[in-house]
Amino acid sequence: MSNVPVSTVHAASACATCPMYNGAQLTKLGINMTDWDYIIALAGNPNTGKSTVFNALTGLRQHTGNWPGKTVVRAEGGFLYDEKRYKLVDLPGTYSLLSTSADEEVARDFILFGQPSVTVVVVDATRLERNLNLALQVLEITDRVVIALNLMDEAKRHGIEVDERHLARELGVPVVPMAARQGEGIQDLLKAIAEVASGAYVTRPRRINHRDPQLEGVVGQLVRQVEYAFPGLPNARWVALRLLDGDESIERAVADGTLGQLAQTQAPQPKPAIRLELETANYGD
Amino acid sequence: MTSTSFTLDRLPVGVVARIASLTMTGAERRRMMDLGLLPGAAIEVALENPLGDPTAYRVRGAVIALRREQAQQIQIALEETRRPDAQAAA
Repeated sequence: MSNVPVSTVHAASACATCPMYNGAQLTKLGINMTDWDYIIALAGNPNTGKSTVFNALTGLRQHTGNWPGKTVVRAEGGFLYDEKRYKLVDLPGTYSLLSTSADEEVARDFILFGQPSVTVVVVDATRLERNLNLALQVLEITDRVVIALNLMDEAKRHGIEVDERHLARELGVPVVPMAARQGEGIQDLLKAIAEVASGAYVTRPRRINHRDPQLEGVVGQLVRQVEYAFPGLPNARWVALRLLDGDESIERAVADGTLGQLAQTQAPQPKPAIRLELETANYGD
Repeated sequence: MTSTSFTLDRLPVGVVARIASLTMTGAERRRMMDLGLLPGAAIEVALENPLGDPTAYRVRGAVIALRREQAQQIQIALEETRRPDAQAAA
């Protein structure tokens, strides 16, 4: 942050589209990733511009296209920003992390067990209400989240204004307005990612408070059992809630011990362990 | 404000209704909710199908096609008082 030139902080929109501005501290590494400091997951509804953001950051040209299910498995790329190396994982577009499609399982397992340093949720500013469903679900799993409020250019054309500061306050995480296709907001996104990854920005994610003592009692009981069976599991509360909801894939993962394997191999933070798992884990078959 | 309730498959074209409840269960219910079909959401027919099934509905800025069996499991309510927002959206 300290070495960000003052002029870029207050950049007008004309500056924000200039390649000089966007290129200030960003080096696109493409698929050249030998080692990295942080892993960033890119999640979002289908058709919100995730792959466009991915390409803008990595310099890759991963299939962007206007049809659902395009990014079937994870696409990976890297970039260098402010002397830190980032590995970026583009997850399949999903409306939810709670249903049963293979796409949703890939995205959910990565956010839950891949333990990315930051999860960027790309949301469509023109369909915010619908997109926040996924954003809130991600906030239930992890607190290291940045919201990329994409398609702001389209929203403006439709006469939609989004109060991003209010949204950031409500969600408790940074919200970055963007028009990724035009390259607008990339620099701000990088800054927000770097701040959350390094811990300089402490998020306070909005969590759903069930306010039901009976439910909370049952959840607490189940959490203790899950923690006992799978020590070191990153988010036992989330797993307990899924079990209560009758989530079959989570039930299976508990029954056959897959959950424990995922938690064990990925729980410790050292980089090589995470990397190994990323390459060997067989997500959603 | 009186309201009549019936299922989504009987919603006439050009009329905006509100979702009252979902009667399906399990994964299908979850899926509907993830797509934005929640109680209170405004919904209308976006595209009629000459073959009758499926029909495309507009909800929360998205167009979603549902089969008749699915639409039959979505209870909707029509508000009979003239609501300005319902008129404008139609």
